[in-house]
Amino acid sequence: MAERMFRTEGLSKVYSSGEVKVHALSGVDLELFEGEFTVLLGPSGSGKSTLLNILGGLDHASGGRVWFRQRELTGLSDRALTRFRRDHVGFVFQFYNLVPSLTARENVQLVTDIAPDPMPPAEALERVGLAKRMDHFPSELSGGEQQRVAIARAIAKRPEVLLCDEPTGALDSTTGVQVLTALEQINTQLGTTTAVITHNAAIRKMAHRVVRFQDGKVVEVSHNQTRQHPSEIVW
Amino acid sequence: MKGALEKKVLRDLRRQWAQALAIALVLACGVAILLLAFGMAGALDNTRSTYYERNRFANVFAEARRAPLGLAEEIAAIDGVLLAEPRVTGSATLDIPGRDRIAVGQIISLPESGAPLLNRPLLRAGRLPDPGATDEVAVNQPFAEAHGFHPGDRLVANLNGRKRTLTITGTVLSPEFVYTIGPGTLVPDNEGFGILWMPAPAVSAAFGMTGAFNSVLVQLVAGQPEAPVIERLDLLLDRYGGLGAYGRDRQQSDAYVSSEIAALRSMAFVLPPIFFGISAFLVAMVLGRIIALERAEIGLLKAIGYTDIEVALHYLMLAALIGVGGVLTGWITGQLLARGMSRLYAEFFEFPYVVYAVSYPAFIVSGVVGLLTTLLGALRAVVAAMRLAPAVAMSPPAPPRFKRSLLDRLMVLMHLSQPTLMIARGLMRWPVRSAMSALGVALAVAILAAANSFPAAMNRIITVAFDLSNRQDAMLIFSQEVGESGLQAVRRLPGVLQAEPQQIAPVKLRNGPREKLVSIETRARGADLSRLVDGKGAVMEPPERGLVLSHYLADYLQLRAGDRVEVEFLSGKRGTYHLPVTGLVDQYFGLSAYMDRAALNRLFAQAPRLTAVNVTLDSAHSTAFHAALKDLPALSGSVMLTDSRRSFRDTISQNIGIMSTVYIVIGVLITFGVTYNSARIQLSERARELASLRILGFGKGEISYILMGETLALALLAQPVGWALGAAISYAATAGFDSDLYRIPLVLDRVVFAKASAVVLAAALVSVLIVRRRIDRFDLIAVMKTRE
Repeated sequence: MAERMFRTEGLSKVYSSGEVKVHALSGVDLELFEGEFTVLLGPSGSGKSTLLNILGGLDHASGGRVWFRQRELTGLSDRALTRFRRDHVGFVFQFYNLVPSLTARENVQLVTDIAPDPMPPAEALERVGLAKRMDHFPSELSGGEQQRVAIARAIAKRPEVLLCDEPTGALDSTTGVQVLTALEQINTQLGTTTAVITHNAAIRKMAHRVVRFQDGKVVEVSHNQTRQHPSEIVW
Repeated sequence: MKGALEKKVLRDLRRQWAQALAIALVLACGVAILLLAFGMAGALDNTRSTYYERNRFANVFAEARRAPLGLAEEIAAIDGVLLAEPRVTGSATLDIPGRDRIAVGQIISLPESGAPLLNRPLLRAGRLPDPGATDEVAVNQPFAEAHGFHPGDRLVANLNGRKRTLTITGTVLSPEFVYTIGPGTLVPDNEGFGILWMPAPAVSAAFGMTGAFNSVLVQLVAGQPEAPVIERLDLLLDRYGGLGAYGRDRQQSDAYVSSEIAALRSMAFVLPPIFFGISAFLVAMVLGRIIALERAEIGLLKAIGYTDIEVALHYLMLAALIGVGGVLTGWITGQLLARGMSRLYAEFFEFPYVVYAVSYPAFIVSGVVGLLTTLLGALRAVVAAMRLAPAVAMSPPAPPRFKRSLLDRLMVLMHLSQPTLMIARGLMRWPVRSAMSALGVALAVAILAAANSFPAAMNRIITVAFDLSNRQDAMLIFSQEVGESGLQAVRRLPGVLQAEPQQIAPVKLRNGPREKLVSIETRARGADLSRLVDGKGAVMEPPERGLVLSHYLADYLQLRAGDRVEVEFLSGKRGTYHLPVTGLVDQYFGLSAYMDRAALNRLFAQAPRLTAVNVTLDSAHSTAFHAALKDLPALSGSVMLTDSRRSFRDTISQNIGIMSTVYIVIGVLITFGVTYNSARIQLSERARELASLRILGFGKGEISYILMGETLALALLAQPVGWALGAAISYAATAGFDSDLYRIPLVLDRVVFAKASAVVLAAALVSVLIVRRRIDRFDLIAVMKTRE
């Protein structure tokens, strides 16, 4: 059995805006294992992104506890969380979040500048099939290419975990498949633990494990006995 | 290799170059003015003190009618006096070959030892006169240059009635005559007024001063106060017709240099803070917007592990680069301006050299303040960026909260159109930002209005001083008081149509511990040529008894109309009287009190005396008139008012031409900086909104109205504030100029203020139109697709 990477216990998150209180997470118990490709599935507002943000050290929980390996993340200061993100986590977002004034290579360099043991930006971009588009600005790249730059940026620091929030959400099926293929390759070749959030049920087929969310709770965890290659996925 | 973040900073800067440039230029103005003002003040101060020290400029000066030479030793023995040097001064009318008009010369004796110990002339060409020579003189360099004189040239001088041909042996400069104004004139006239240094025996013989002196220079022991020495000197000279000793502050040339230094220093303290304040605000506005736009990028940077400090430094770097650009531009411009100004000063003041040490403190201060300004402006936005939590940053910002206020209900009642409502709500939604933008524009109006009020004030001075007050063609000033026969002599001169006497008496006015050395001008009742005119242009008759004082003098002496003032007459029969102050008047030049001529003579129980005659001339006999003046012995000055008027106007209009241009550039820069940035931010904030409206079917005109409306509304609202600030700055500036030498009236002219507003509004309109052009290039679909 692979080693446990993340563990949460009774995790909850309440957002209050004015007098209204929104329970984004209410009592989530979950584990993510090393080298595993997990898909977190659920409709909008079911709490997937909130969970990912807390796991990645972007947000604080309102209640419950989170561990990364043996280290408890709950209660860490902002400074310590920043350190944690810098050293261990790679993020991929729905809207790519590339810096428009930097080229593909330079966007990756943003990470390699501060990571302790990064791979060269060119290598990261080769891995996602963008060797020839390295010196293009985001505005000169297609949506799929931009997302692959974002993935290259996330993996360039050789993170232990890759957290992807709707990575194909803004993409059509063909380019979406390219992105998923890139993620799958990273997972197999580098062994990076990968968690992908989606509300696209078709994607679940490529995961080792699928965690289903509803109303801030985990409602189902299932294992795929046989995984599909991304190229076989259609939506 | 540069880091990715550094590259981002540079590219961000390149993308926002116009906004960055606008800010940098405003900042550069502040830095340049600071550098220029401090640099020039420092240069003038250094030059002056070096010159004074090298050429041993005296600390205390005194004139008397005729004191025995033996008294000089007593003066030298006064406590605190290091050195006292007696000399003889007089005036002469000069007949210069090839010139119709006479010039007036001030004669100064050179001691028998050769060069004087104090106020040592600095030889520029030739040599000083031979101590034994009776017909040799050295002349001041500006006078020589004005006439093309070289050593060996000759001129004819009427010395106390005796015409002598004098040979110029050399040209000199003197610390005593850095700024030279002849008697009765307002601006230097190097052609009409010269200084002649002549060996003492010849001067004494010519003026009947053998064994005596009428002027003494005193050098104090270092650190010794001058007041007790002046007091003692006055006592010693009292019996010999002393005219009141004074320090450097009342020495004409030094007082002008001091007033220039003070004006430069006050400029350094008034203008730069305005520019620094505006650039800080602009940085705050622009950076605030950039950070709002880059919310997601900030979130991303933090998500991938950049610390808050690293993010903060990234944005501070952007501000710092703008700051560095502004400071460097300011330094270069300031240096260039300083060089230009040095040349101007070299023309204005007669220094033999300029000690222009680069003022490192001014560089450091302006650089540090300039940089701090931008960083301070950036602070709020940067702190906001630091505080953004990464998870929050990456989600779109909540729509700005608009609240229904009383004003809203009012606007609804007024049936304003939706676009107008949008503009009005935008203004109220960010009240601080709106107020600051308006203040920026208001300051531009204020600076323009205040700067251009100066010419209006000068026009007032010209009107009052020349058109209303001094309407004579010429003023002939006698070197001593003379009787009515002097008036008759002038009346007999060819071409003289009207001649009116005037008497000017040096006095000390005292009120308790406060005293001032001034002169009393007397005129005959009903005098038509030289009249007493108040600030509103009304002609005043001198009172039958008592004195009229200028407001400035009355304030200094703490006197009001109705009070009594102690008057010590220093010429003629002398004597101390207590006279009532019967009225106050505005007066722009010098320090004078006014009295009825008959009243003065009644006071002294003497036949009428006079020291000057004002005349009007028949222009057909001008040449004959001037030729006749050459034979008039006792003149210490002849002022052609027509010439004075012209040269004063020329000097003023030349300076004002340069100044108005500079201030228009400054005003336009500030307006551009504020309105261009404000409109760019409007566009950026409203891009989606405006694109939506376009899609809904609004025309480009309506869209432009919304975009330009807010900025232009602010510019309009700023006008009255600008006028008020302009009036306040004018008031402060004219009050700052108040000195014994001159006062500048506060003139607030509607036309000037309207022009300031017109320039600023035009600049605002142009900057907004530049931004408006971007609406034409709107890609509606792309704008709608961008995630905000």
